[in-house]
Amino acid sequence: MRTAPTTSKRLRRAALIALAAVLLVVGLGLTGADIAGFGPGTALAQDVADAPAYRPAPQPGPGDYPRVAGVNSRVVVWLAAQLHLWFAAFVLAVPIFVLIIEAIGMATRDERYDKMAYEFIKVSITAYSLTAILGGFLLISLIVFYPDLMGYLAGIFKDSMFYYALMFFVESACLYLYYYGWHWLQGGFRKWVHLTIGLMLNAAGTTLMFLANAWLTFMMSPDGVDIAGALTGGVWEAMHNHLWNPINLHRFIANIAFGGSIVGAYAAYKFLSASSDAEKAHYDWMGYNANFIAISALLPLPFAGYYLAAEIYAYSQQMGITLMGGIFAWLFIIQAVLIGTLFLSANYYLWCGMGRSDGAARYNKYVKYLAVVIIGAFLVWFTPHTLVLTNEELKALGGPYHKYLGPLGIMPAKNTAVNVMILFTSLSFLMYRRANKIATVSWARAGNAAQAALFSAGILNLLFLGIYHGYFTNTAYKVAASVPQVLTTLIIIIASNVLDSFIYRGARQVAPLHWGRIPDRAQYALFLLAVAFTWLMGLMGYIRSGIRQHWHVVGIMRDNSPEAYTPTLGYAANVVSLGTILFMAMVIFVFWLSQLGAVRTDAAGFWKERGA
Amino acid sequence: MRRIPKIPRLLQAVLVVVFFHAGFVLVFDYLLAQVIPASLLTMYMFFVVVGVFMVFTFTEDSAREMVAPIKALVEDPSKRRTRNVVFAIVPLIAGGFAYNHMLPRFEAPLELRSIHPAPPSSVKIGDKRYNLLTLENPFRETETQDPERFAELVAEGAAIYIANCQYCHGDKLDGKGPYARALNPTPLNFQDIGTIAQLQESFLFWRIATGGPGLPDEGAPWLSSMPVWSDFLSEDEIWKVILFLYDYTGHRPRAWEQG
Repeated sequence: MRTAPTTSKRLRRAALIALAAVLLVVGLGLTGADIAGFGPGTALAQDVADAPAYRPAPQPGPGDYPRVAGVNSRVVVWLAAQLHLWFAAFVLAVPIFVLIIEAIGMATRDERYDKMAYEFIKVSITAYSLTAILGGFLLISLIVFYPDLMGYLAGIFKDSMFYYALMFFVESACLYLYYYGWHWLQGGFRKWVHLTIGLMLNAAGTTLMFLANAWLTFMMSPDGVDIAGALTGGVWEAMHNHLWNPINLHRFIANIAFGGSIVGAYAAYKFLSASSDAEKAHYDWMGYNANFIAISALLPLPFAGYYLAAEIYAYSQQMGITLMGGIFAWLFIIQAVLIGTLFLSANYYLWCGMGRSDGAARYNKYVKYLAVVIIGAFLVWFTPHTLVLTNEELKALGGPYHKYLGPLGIMPAKNTAVNVMILFTSLSFLMYRRANKIATVSWARAGNAAQAALFSAGILNLLFLGIYHGYFTNTAYKVAASVPQVLTTLIIIIASNVLDSFIYRGARQVAPLHWGRIPDRAQYALFLLAVAFTWLMGLMGYIRSGIRQHWHVVGIMRDNSPEAYTPTLGYAANVVSLGTILFMAMVIFVFWLSQLGAVRTDAAGFWKERGA
Repeated sequence: MRRIPKIPRLLQAVLVVVFFHAGFVLVFDYLLAQVIPASLLTMYMFFVVVGVFMVFTFTEDSAREMVAPIKALVEDPSKRRTRNVVFAIVPLIAGGFAYNHMLPRFEAPLELRSIHPAPPSSVKIGDKRYNLLTLENPFRETETQDPERFAELVAEGAAIYIANCQYCHGDKLDGKGPYARALNPTPLNFQDIGTIAQLQESFLFWRIATGGPGLPDEGAPWLSSMPVWSDFLSEDEIWKVILFLYDYTGHRPRAWEQG
């Protein structure tokens, strides 16, 4: 047994060397030569000082966009970018919650978490190569079809682009070590090493996303350049442009919600094709956790989205109005419907899940009230500001404005509605958690009363902020009122969950929880969640990019390609739908592939018999 | 005492949907006297149906009970006659619905209009170019610095409004002027929280100065009959009218938080 300590020592040394190497490369990637990578007086600094000044943005004419016969370059780039982004969002998100689940498993010493985390990362590993393939295809498409734009962007972001490419080595190394080393790095110090690799994987992935975000937000809100597009400030200024951080935050949260929904769809797929009760129980549990992850990230997402939209408006009134008041306003109605669909699917899944325990029957009667409030808030949430009216209706109303429904079309009503929807979704979750328990603490009644008071006061505050500040004060207060609304919602969610955990400490179980006892309908709700997320991301991605309108880089480099016009809403929705179908087909292929490794075919008689 | 027979689950679901539909029509069309647009009612009802489905099917027992009559209709041999009748009627209803939708109508098709088109970053009026991203009402500061002067400017704005704008936008600024009924799109109702209260003064300046012909291409078709007021009013007169619009309605122009 002498080999064990030697292996352990070797492993520790190798892990430390790997850690140091990765940290060094991550550090280089994070800082980049364009930020602080070299000091004054060095040869490199001298070379840079001697380099010619940055050139202004090129202004290509219609003939400067190469064409490939029979190919619509915009649609190709559009679909390639969107498909790449969907897969990238998935493979960036999965390691985030896998790391958390693994850490929970490690802290609780509950192996089920470890197995589930492994299964999640297994799904993402096939998606990783698809992400890379689509990324390569996107890059080549951009270089082929938009050479001037790519040349200009590469001129400004050359350093970060180079380190971006290098970072892929780091990410791949971490991912492969993390995945293939999962069973090798088990127990004690090895588990710590494994967790550290997971952390580095997330650091590398997030850095990659932030770098790419800098380039695309530069195209929306260019900074650090003069009016002709020549770099005047530092590259850091161009990266740290007005919309960089709002996009970073929004994408980070949205990726987790999206990733959770996709692994939820995987669990649903496995649940529906399970052949034994044990398998069903496992995938039901997995689906529940995936839904929990998706919903946990979905709850703060509207706030991050509102922050992004407010910053877009603050950067340019023109872009802001195009976004939500102008031509894209109708797509925002579809967006509102899809977001509502996410909430409805998630709630329906929770309500169906209450059937896992016989103790939940006590709470069934409350579901209809939750539904009335959630659907009511949802109707307010998607009521458009500009109504589609027939001429008869126009005459009957005396104008395009509806006295009572019109005010529901503006942001204060939407903010209030979404906060109420979020609160009642969290209430669904609280009810689900209580389903099979009875509180035994002496102050349970007082605790319940406190929770009821908390929710009532919170909702009143939301309504007051929404109605008073939204409709009776000026716009600065209107926008500012969304912050206390968000805080109210977050405080209620956190406080009620903390209180609930105390009320139900040492609670008596009414009936056991039967994992796997959930109708197939609930699994379709998980599928709907994934499809709605995918479509929503595609739609919002188009809008985010589309508000640049006829600009490659807003106000600096005009898009003079034959497809520079804004397509009709129907056309855009069709392209997004096509992308969604392609992505879902690829995802199902990934699901199928992930289980293919375990399939064995007995090819009796095929191979030559060998004598003993 | 006779017990009231239990209403079948499926019928309950249908009744709830009908209740909500009737409720929307009753409340909006009759009680509030503001019709609910058919397009919006369709969207509302779609999600009411979804909600009813969710509530009626989240437990196995309830779902089974709800689909039992449908299942029986399809599978029970004793219900053959009813099944045949239903299977004949449903396609006929669907066909009639499709036929009615495809019938040519004399009414103009629905239009998707954006009330607030996105402004350009700058606009040229006469020989002068205005940067709409930074443009501010030069008289706005008098509101706090010289309230008497501000009141005079508002009064001047009111006089200009009454002489030029009220014919369409109304003397109460509610979009119901004497000519309003003849126009489509109808003139804006400034009292509505969704119009000038959502906009910066520079936006109003652009819309008033350049009128219908100055609307951007992106939002076509534009049929607005708003005149190009820069042909008739001076720059100062337009700013004074804007002061009046906000003062009379009690709205505040869109402003940014002080950074």
